[in-house]
Amino acid sequence: MESALERLWRTLVWAFVIFFVVNVLAMIATVVINSFGTRWLSSWLPAAFTLRWYASAWKEFQLGDVLLVTFQIAGAVVLLSALIGVPAAYALARRDFPGKPLVIVLFLLPLLVPPITFGIPLATVLYKVGLAGTMWGVIVANLVPTVPFTVILMIPFIEQIDPKVEAAARVFGAGTGRLFIHVLVPLLVPGILAATLLAMVRTVSMFELTFLTAGPSSQTLVVALYYSVFAAGVRAGQSIDAMAVIYMLSTLIWLIVALRFVNPTQIVARVKKAAV
Amino acid sequence: MSTSSRPRRRTLADRGIDGVTLLVLPAALFVVLLFVYPFVYGLLLSFAPKEGGWLGNYTKFFSDPYMYGTIWLTLRLALPVTLLNIALSVPVAMQVRHMRRQRLLTTILVLPITLGTVLVAEGLLNYLGPQGWLNRTLILFGLIDRPIRLVHNYWGVFISLVITGFPFTFLLTLSMISGIDPALEQAAATLGARARSRFRHIVLPLIVPGLAVTFCLAFVDAFSVFPSAVMLGAPAGETRVISFAAAQAAFEQYDYSYASAIAMIMAVVQFGFVGLVLAGRGLFYTGPAGGGKG
Repeated sequence: MESALERLWRTLVWAFVIFFVVNVLAMIATVVINSFGTRWLSSWLPAAFTLRWYASAWKEFQLGDVLLVTFQIAGAVVLLSALIGVPAAYALARRDFPGKPLVIVLFLLPLLVPPITFGIPLATVLYKVGLAGTMWGVIVANLVPTVPFTVILMIPFIEQIDPKVEAAARVFGAGTGRLFIHVLVPLLVPGILAATLLAMVRTVSMFELTFLTAGPSSQTLVVALYYSVFAAGVRAGQSIDAMAVIYMLSTLIWLIVALRFVNPTQIVARVKKAAV
Repeated sequence: MSTSSRPRRRTLADRGIDGVTLLVLPAALFVVLLFVYPFVYGLLLSFAPKEGGWLGNYTKFFSDPYMYGTIWLTLRLALPVTLLNIALSVPVAMQVRHMRRQRLLTTILVLPITLGTVLVAEGLLNYLGPQGWLNRTLILFGLIDRPIRLVHNYWGVFISLVITGFPFTFLLTLSMISGIDPALEQAAATLGARARSRFRHIVLPLIVPGLAVTFCLAFVDAFSVFPSAVMLGAPAGETRVISFAAAQAAFEQYDYSYASAIAMIMAVVQFGFVGLVLAGRGLFYTGPAGGGKG
């Protein structure tokens, strides 16, 4: 039932999709191959393969320290955003109160305004109170988008739980605290895992806020990667790419686990659904 | 004491405020303290320049072509990229929504978003370089004679913005188009409408409001491009974007007042475009398109 024109159109669209995907995968592949290659100047593939760039990257960039800092920061951000965000999401999912739309807008704004725009005034304030340059400064800055992100992401998960379950627990005398520990948290495990894992991915790959607030000892991997490319020429490109591969692994692990709980479209669509 | 406080509690509870509602407070206070307050502080600070009157920072910015030019240089990147990404997303989403193994494609496309602009920029430096695979392939197929220059200029940043921006707009558009009740299109098909006119008269009017929001999100993101403009572009020349100028003011001149002023100008341009687009969006239908369960 299709005309030739419609078939041509469909072929064109799919050709574009394939072209795009091939380019993305090839771009990632260049980084990985380069990090294992000895010399790669004017050929399709490096002359030979080696592991030494990983050893040199580990030493040159103090990757052990950087990785430790990255996961300390990400761990703290994830934990705190769950502790602050989940109760707020519960209140927003279960109660209607005057000014609720305003509160929702308050939580949407940090997700809609790009980090670099609010990051500069935020960094200024953090420098004034002496937090910037420390690990806590980076943690606080990264919490600004992740707390609202957790709130917005958790609301639909909480709405799915039948309020009768909670009512039953209340009838048997559970207060809000015990209700959370014994009823809600066990039921919300998939949602909380999804939210925390995505907050983890966001924090590990958050360049702007960390860049604006980090000092030399509180850099995360992505900022260290930026500085090493910025000051390229001093170091071999391959060891920068070795660092890039380690960075990729450190984000992708969490993404792969997170994708077991959420659909890829949801990662970006949640925010928009709330915004519309 | 308990007798006097009881009626008050009840009226608050009637209005929906009780212990559970208070759980929203820590998060709300946090956002006010670390998002709203810094913004207001930055705004006030921008009117207290190191030298000159209260508008000193703004007159300094708008009298220096090297500074106010950044607005144009950033718009020149952000606007075409955002429009292109949306123009590409709609037809692709229209095809992909019928695909059975959607998840594989969406997972691959979520990769560049997750990896972030720094990694994409580092990857593209090799990939688009004169000896990179792209130039090699184009030469192999005889499309070009010598490598074309795609890094350290406008096009490098442009391509990196497509690679991180297209998946974002596409995933939003896909979730929007999948939300339209297929019965609407089937009805039109029964009445003899071809794919093209079904799209023009049914799908497009339903997704325009959503596309407007997608445009806003994607534009604001592209307008604040920073790492790829520095790593893949020419940060002293044609890709001297406004966020880079702001970061320079803060970290090279240590002039936080001036940096805040630039951040505020950035915000005004972003909100200006968002306001314009959302005002236009009001002209279209914005009701449910899901049918049945709504």
